[in-house]
Amino acid sequence: MALFEALLELADDHLVLGHRLSEWCGHAPMLEEDLAMPNMALDLIGTARNLYAYAGEVEGKGQSEDDLAYLRDERAYRNLLLVERPNEDFAHTMLRQLYFAAFMHPYWQAALSSSDETVRGIAGKAVKEMAYHIRHAGEWVVRLGDGTEESARRMKDAVFALSIYVDELFEEGAGDDALPSRAAIRPVFDKTIARIFDEAGLESLEVPFPQSGGRDGRHGEGLGHMLAEMQSVYRAHPGASW
Amino acid sequence: MTGEVPLWEVFIRPRNGLAHRHVGSLHAADEVMALQAARDVYTRRGEGNSIWVVPSKAITASDPDQAAENFEPGEKIYRHPTFYDIPEEVGHM
Repeated sequence: MALFEALLELADDHLVLGHRLSEWCGHAPMLEEDLAMPNMALDLIGTARNLYAYAGEVEGKGQSEDDLAYLRDERAYRNLLLVERPNEDFAHTMLRQLYFAAFMHPYWQAALSSSDETVRGIAGKAVKEMAYHIRHAGEWVVRLGDGTEESARRMKDAVFALSIYVDELFEEGAGDDALPSRAAIRPVFDKTIARIFDEAGLESLEVPFPQSGGRDGRHGEGLGHMLAEMQSVYRAHPGASW
Repeated sequence: MTGEVPLWEVFIRPRNGLAHRHVGSLHAADEVMALQAARDVYTRRGEGNSIWVVPSKAITASDPDQAAENFEPGEKIYRHPTFYDIPEEVGHM
C-alpha cells in the first residue's frame, strides 16, 4: 500500500494548495493576477484529480477521487504544512507557491523516468505547469523583495513565516519505488531558491526548529476550516456529481 | 494599484505564417510581467504560439478629428486597380 499512501500525500498537497490559491479568486490586487492565480489553482487541482483517481485505482476498494478528496477529515489529510498555510498577503502567497513549485518541478522531472506508466503521464503534464509556477511566483518574489520599502518588509516577513516549513518537503513520507526520492531533490531546490532570493535581495534564514507533522495528519488549525468549507457541498449532497 | 501600473498592448500570433494580431491590453509593472499576464489572460485556450507586448504609451494614434482628411478619399476612383482597362493581350497580371 506504499504507493497508495504516497500518491495520497502528493494528491493532498496539490488539492490543499490549489484550494488555498483559489481563495484569491475575485480578491486579487489586479485583474491580471485574478486570472493568473485561478489558472495556477486549476493546474494543481487537475494534478490532484489525476493523483486521487490513480490512488483509488491502486487501492482497489472502489474509492473515487471525490470520496478521497471530500470524505476524509483533517487528521486523515497527509499534506505538507507549507501548502495549508493561510494566504495572508501577496508576499506570503507567492513565496509559498515558489517553495512548492521549486520542489515539485525537479520531483516531476525525476518522475518522468518512473517505472510506473501512469506516474510518468501525470509527471509529463505537471512538469510544464510547475516550470511556469516557478517563473510566475519567482518574478513576484523578485519584484516584491527588491521593490518598495513596504514590499521588501512584507517579503522578509513571509520568508520568516514560511521557511520553518521547508524542511518537511524533503521528508520521504510514505515513499515508493515508483516515485522519486524527495531528499535527493534538495540541491536543485536550494539552487532555484538561492538564484531567486539573490535577485530579490532576500536572505535564506537558519531554521533551528523546522515544523513537520503534516504527513502524519498533525496540521495547523487553519486546515480544518478550509476542509469544512471545501467539503461542505459534497457532504450535504453525498454522491452528487457535477 | 493599477493607477501606478503601466498599460500594455498585447499581440498574439495564432499560427506560424500569420501576423501578430492585436487582442487587447493589460496592466503590468514591466515587460516580463506583461508577457506573463498576457499568457494568463489571452492564451488560456490555445489561442496562439507567440506573444508581443508593447507599452501602450509607445503607440502613436491618428487623431479622430482628422478622420475626414485621412480616411475619406472621396471619388478618386483611379486609385483602384479596377479603374484601368487592361488590354486583352496582357493576360493575367
